[in-house]
Amino acid sequence: MSFVNAPIRKKDAMSLVTGKPVYTGDMIPQNALVVKLLRSPHANADIESINTAAAMKVPGVCCILTWEDVPDARFTTAGQTYPEPSPYDRLILDRHLRCSGDPVAIVAAENEAAADKALRLIKVQYHVMEPLLDFTKALDNPILVHPEENFHALCPVGADNKRNLCSTDCFTVGDVEQVLDSCDVVVERTFNTKANSQAMMETFRTFSYIDEYGRLTVVSSTQVPFHARRILSNALQIPKSKIRVVKPRIGGGFGAKQSVVSEIFPAIVTLKTGRAASIIYTREESMTNGSPRHQMQMKVRVGANRDGVIRAIDLYALSNAGAYGDHGPTTIGLVGHKSLSLYGGLEAARFACDVVYTNTMGGGAYRGYGATQGIFAVESAVSEMAAKLNMDPCVIREKNMVAQGQTMPTYYNEPCNSCTLDKCMAKAKEMMDWDNKYPRRVLENGHIRSVGVAMAMQGSGISGVDIGSVEIRLNDEGFYTLLLGCTDMGTGCDTILSQMAADCLDCDLDRIAVRGVDTDFSPYDTGSYASSTTYVTGMAVVKTCQVLREKIRKAGASMLQVPEESAEFDGKRVFVPGTEKEISLEKIGYASYEGHNRCLSASESHSSPISPPPFMVGMAEIDLDPETGKVEVVDYVGAVDCGTVINTNLARVQTEGGIVQGIGMALYEDVQYSHSGKMENRSFLQYKIPSRLDVGKIRIEFESSYEPTGPFGAKSIGELVINTPAPAIMNALYNATGCFFDSLPVRSEDIFFAMEEKK
Amino acid sequence: MLITVTINGKKYSDDITPDLVLLDYLRQKGCYSVKRGCETSNCGLCTVHLDGKPILSCSYLAARADGHAVTTLEGLQEEAAEFGAFLADQGGEQCGFCSPGFIMNVLAMVRELKNPTEAEIQEYLSGNLCRCTGYQSQLRAVKNYLAHKQEVQP
Ligand code: FES
Ligand code: FES
Repeated sequence: MSFVNAPIRKKDAMSLVTGKPVYTGDMIPQNALVVKLLRSPHANADIESINTAAAMKVPGVCCILTWEDVPDARFTTAGQTYPEPSPYDRLILDRHLRCSGDPVAIVAAENEAAADKALRLIKVQYHVMEPLLDFTKALDNPILVHPEENFHALCPVGADNKRNLCSTDCFTVGDVEQVLDSCDVVVERTFNTKANSQAMMETFRTFSYIDEYGRLTVVSSTQVPFHARRILSNALQIPKSKIRVVKPRIGGGFGAKQSVVSEIFPAIVTLKTGRAASIIYTREESMTNGSPRHQMQMKVRVGANRDGVIRAIDLYALSNAGAYGDHGPTTIGLVGHKSLSLYGGLEAARFACDVVYTNTMGGGAYRGYGATQGIFAVESAVSEMAAKLNMDPCVIREKNMVAQGQTMPTYYNEPCNSCTLDKCMAKAKEMMDWDNKYPRRVLENGHIRSVGVAMAMQGSGISGVDIGSVEIRLNDEGFYTLLLGCTDMGTGCDTILSQMAADCLDCDLDRIAVRGVDTDFSPYDTGSYASSTTYVTGMAVVKTCQVLREKIRKAGASMLQVPEESAEFDGKRVFVPGTEKEISLEKIGYASYEGHNRCLSASESHSSPISPPPFMVGMAEIDLDPETGKVEVVDYVGAVDCGTVINTNLARVQTEGGIVQGIGMALYEDVQYSHSGKMENRSFLQYKIPSRLDVGKIRIEFESSYEPTGPFGAKSIGELVINTPAPAIMNALYNATGCFFDSLPVRSEDIFFAMEEKK
Repeated sequence: MLITVTINGKKYSDDITPDLVLLDYLRQKGCYSVKRGCETSNCGLCTVHLDGKPILSCSYLAARADGHAVTTLEGLQEEAAEFGAFLADQGGEQCGFCSPGFIMNVLAMVRELKNPTEAEIQEYLSGNLCRCTGYQSQLRAVKNYLAHKQEVQP
């Protein structure tokens, strides 16, 4: 192995740092129409009438579409494997507007000024209705978000639109009530988390055109090109065979682009007009009508014996789907599966959940995907249990954490093949100097320094659902082309998978020419989400290389005219050991391009029946000014078990970035609505994401286990890393103040008033 | 209105509308490295140099650039590649969408501050948001780059 487990530069790095035009917005054809959306000012309203006559007269306006111009077939925008668990609950344009900013009309014009002018001239009469904004009151509320008759769910997720219910579920292991009854101590608390915006720097954007074969080509910043093709086909009611989706470089996704947000609008304009069309969401649109993290309320009961052995956890989660189901039914499952499973010896566990519709923006996928919320609740409750038992929060975890070799009953009964959570804990304690710093000290200036801890897990792909496939071709001169269907969104999977291929084929990284996604020529891949790429698509690379190596060896043997079994391939040549007989890969490559030979290529798919969790321990050291409640995270350490680290640089940066997003979620990020249901903090001025002045030191170490079912022993990393900051910081706040904080984000004023009350 | 602007060393005269912002003008001129990330002057993605000084091109009217020299990353390819290599060696360009604006500001900083401390670096670059990296790799890259500059031309 020479490229795996090394700090390899990304293959596209130099083009990115020199500002090359490689993103969707840099490639829009000159003559493309500018598409803009007229958005609803109301959170719940019916369109009574809509008059586009004056707008159509604006010079340069080419087409205006309203609800009467779109297919009457409901679909979901969730980028998921068919049949999607998400209900088919939306139209491209609907007469019933279900959240503030819902599209009312699509305008396409020759330039932005004309489109803007037309937007102002469209006359709409709304029948405004009272919005349903409080998701805790949504179930069986007289206000129905989806009263329509053609609402339907493909999967039995328990959806009932006449109850505002998007999905419901429950699983139990053992008898929770009985075990809780027999516990010495039970901690019970309700936790609240808010919607968060992914705030990827590149907003949603897409352009489309009809290509030379008369097919619709959609170039988009998407994590899910193949799902996007299907969703476009569902929405536009045209055959998939008529659609091609291309993914250029992506300016960040974090799950936001696992939903089809911007794609359909230019696509329908192109279909109607035959013209190229483009849409670029403003930051405001990305924030008000994107696909944010689901707001949740979670009730937790943890039962333990006095010695700190945790025996049962009961968790109920209520999730706000918002106006559309999208990732609602799937996100919620992770709340339970990926929090309870951190604890190995539970005698009983229960997870129940409801996902409800309201008139807020529809939620989507955001890094962590429900695990983040569930881990915040369960980890906070476990820390509270430690406090009740007068125990170090690390110690209670050391006593109860899941261990390698166990079966995880709350995690689909999957085996825990690889886990170094114990080592992660030891490493984090050492890095933080926990034993000396716990729980707090007071500095000379009166500030309190305290530390807090949390554990986290995630999955590696969706068991038995995600598919990754790759194709590798041998070319003349003996270099390879690696075709991928998974989407590099900055995460570096084009490079990581090339590293694996180079090691499997014993060649230099430069001999691998990699190409990302075009649904016309890339092999099928479910896409980059659910932390699947390294683990699932990585195995497809390993398998494909094995097959290709065999083909090369056999081709070489036949050229050498020796028995196949006697020949070996070492990456550079096929040879017969102990003899002079050999032929170079270069020659085999050239020969494969000659008429009497065969082109050598291989394409394999991979899907895993299990989804091995990566694990991590995070520790925060905070500086709290008790006079004001101002808190700063001065140091954060993360000890991570993602199995074998494929690219040490990229894994580190993933971890650092995830932690900073988690800090934002813990301390200030919060999608807020006005009384009428309008998102209020709709810009970076109001919705603050961490700047470089907001983060202190972040230190990462890897404590790698070896996952036998993963490529080179690897598991995932992308989502795991956002999960520890919220509970670790809450634990540090408790250690500083003696107050439990259960609702995110926790702002200075919350801390200040909690401390005042305590006095 | 007619403006004459030098972009990356080349003179352009154009008839523009008075409300055209420099960012859009530059992209019209093919300077695609200049990105937009917000409408509120908060992200720094659109950073370019005006007469050598960093400005936010999203909130600067093209008309005001009349008679001035504008530099984008397209005009600083050598420096971009030099510093960019340090960034790439840290994996500090994750999605890379913030990189051009960030690098423009780093290059301005290097010209302006002699031996910046860590606090000065963070302060100078604080207007450049990045959602991917958590900033640590960018800081490592800047420090390594400064150390390298010290070595080659103390
Ligand atoms: S585009 Fe955000 S600061 Fe200029
Ligand atoms: S690298 Fe993606 S925003 Fe900075």
